[in-house]
Amino acid sequence: MPKFDKRAGDILVWALLLSAPFWLPTVGSYVELGTRVVIYALAAMALNFLLGYTGVLSFGHAAYFGLGAYGTALTMKYVYPSTPVGMLAGIVLGTVAAALIGPMIARLRGVYFAMCTIAFGQVFYFIAFQWFSLTGGDDGVSAWHRAPLDFGFATLDILNNNKAFYYFVVAIFALCAAAMAFLLRSPFGRTLLAIRENERRARFLGIPVDWHIWMSWVVSCFFVSVAGTLFALMNDFVDPRALRWDQSGNFVIMAVLGGMRSFWGPLIGSAIFLVLQDYISSETENWMSFIGLFFVLVVLFFPRGVLGIIRRKAAS
Amino acid sequence: MTQLVLFNVFNGLIIGAFYALMALGLSLILNLSGVINFAHGGFLAMGGYLAYSLIPYVGFWGALLVSPILVAFIGIVIERVLIRRLYGRDPLYSLLLTFGLAFMIEDGTRFIWGAQSLPYQIPSWLSQPLSYQYFFLTGYRVFMVLLVTAAVGGLFLILNYTRLGIRIRAGTLDLETVGVLGVNVRVLRNLNFGLGIYLAGLAGVLASGMLGLQPNLGDNLIMPSFIAIIVGGLGSLPGTLVGGILIGVVSGVTTVFLPSASEAVMYVMMAAVLIVRPRGLFGEEGRF
Repeated sequence: MPKFDKRAGDILVWALLLSAPFWLPTVGSYVELGTRVVIYALAAMALNFLLGYTGVLSFGHAAYFGLGAYGTALTMKYVYPSTPVGMLAGIVLGTVAAALIGPMIARLRGVYFAMCTIAFGQVFYFIAFQWFSLTGGDDGVSAWHRAPLDFGFATLDILNNNKAFYYFVVAIFALCAAAMAFLLRSPFGRTLLAIRENERRARFLGIPVDWHIWMSWVVSCFFVSVAGTLFALMNDFVDPRALRWDQSGNFVIMAVLGGMRSFWGPLIGSAIFLVLQDYISSETENWMSFIGLFFVLVVLFFPRGVLGIIRRKAAS
Repeated sequence: MTQLVLFNVFNGLIIGAFYALMALGLSLILNLSGVINFAHGGFLAMGGYLAYSLIPYVGFWGALLVSPILVAFIGIVIERVLIRRLYGRDPLYSLLLTFGLAFMIEDGTRFIWGAQSLPYQIPSWLSQPLSYQYFFLTGYRVFMVLLVTAAVGGLFLILNYTRLGIRIRAGTLDLETVGVLGVNVRVLRNLNFGLGIYLAGLAGVLASGMLGLQPNLGDNLIMPSFIAIIVGGLGSLPGTLVGGILIGVVSGVTTVFLPSASEAVMYVMMAAVLIVRPRGLFGEEGRF
């Protein structure tokens, strides 16, 4: 695609994101759905850093998403009720856990990597489920809420003003998206692409492949835990479902649905998936079957994702 | 104390045999087709529920016989219609597809049989404790161990002495050559999938006799089976068997000393194996 198109696409995405709170109600939707789309988009883009750009299949990202959420919730409930402090704690918790697990799986590839990420992901689910005295088990961590942001000269009331919270989330999303785009353009990101395209050749060139995969894993989990902290702040609540395996599947399907090889693909996937889920779960009790069917249909008919199809049409 | 440890070792053996039965099915499919069947837990639950519905007509023994075969047949149809299209593509797609299937099967069982848990009738002579003197042990548990042993023994007999089994093992090593030698690889993979699902269905019937029936019956059993495969080593069926029994016994023994860690200890074992020997206890070097 010519460069002009790409620039236009970026501008379109930002224009839509920044104006969303104003047009969402007019199309019969609500601001909170927009917030959710942006948060899940961040998680799916973080996963795609690993999946689409490093070529490694992780099916356990919900764990680090959930750790971010639990870190935030527990810190704000028991330690200090400040939004930035809670976010920091969640991000540190998720990233450190990922960094520790990374060396064990960075040597593995393909199906084996996927299987081990699934299994390790469930560890944290069991911990959250069984450590009742700390996490409240199945009932989750409730009775806390996000605190308004105090900048010293002004306060932003993200607690009561849903538009303010939306823009707060979009601001964090923008920072993360910019950081990811920067990383992907750096020599580090180019090396990841080289590993994706031909791991053996990359190894022959003297690139420490396992180290790069570990790094990419940590970076990806860092951003997914940022999304997790925002998720906890949005709900003022977190329960073990935030880190269950089906959550990991949701992130992967969003990335695939939007287009794994495109930077904005996961955002589009997240929007389609969440709007659909919102609609189906309000229509029928058996929404799980429809979501399952949706997975099957995407795999069979849209394996390249929306942006992949558009790009292919544009190329031909 | 010794008695308590012994009891938990035996209990762990039963649970481990169970994990092994499920993991063997997963492993068969993974080795030959490279597909992680996430819907395995769903097929397990399906086996239990079908048996529940069959009992009034064919009795306990009939259900034990018929239900796994029915489930295997459903598995064969699903492989034929859906999973077959994804062979040779990125494992991402088959994983997503079986993920979606798992959702559909779980929701489907809830739709048909209801969300509440159902009791599963086993013959009264089996549910009686064998001995009150040493430790509490129902006949059903001993029966389960015997049946799992028979099933696993049967599986290894099939794999070693029938034409189908030998072809499956050969295909695991080099599918292309097997195809070139004139074996219909599509049919082979199809039957192999059915065999794996049969084991899941059988595990489901046995599990529902012990745990009762719930739509998410398979959910709690699928993770230990993954761990069994990882610990035992990808690509090795004996490894999977040993891995399943090992994690069952270890988690059983842990129950004596630290009950809340009985789940966590499996993951600790998996981590230890991945650090010391990433290919697993019996895995081949460089297979994955």
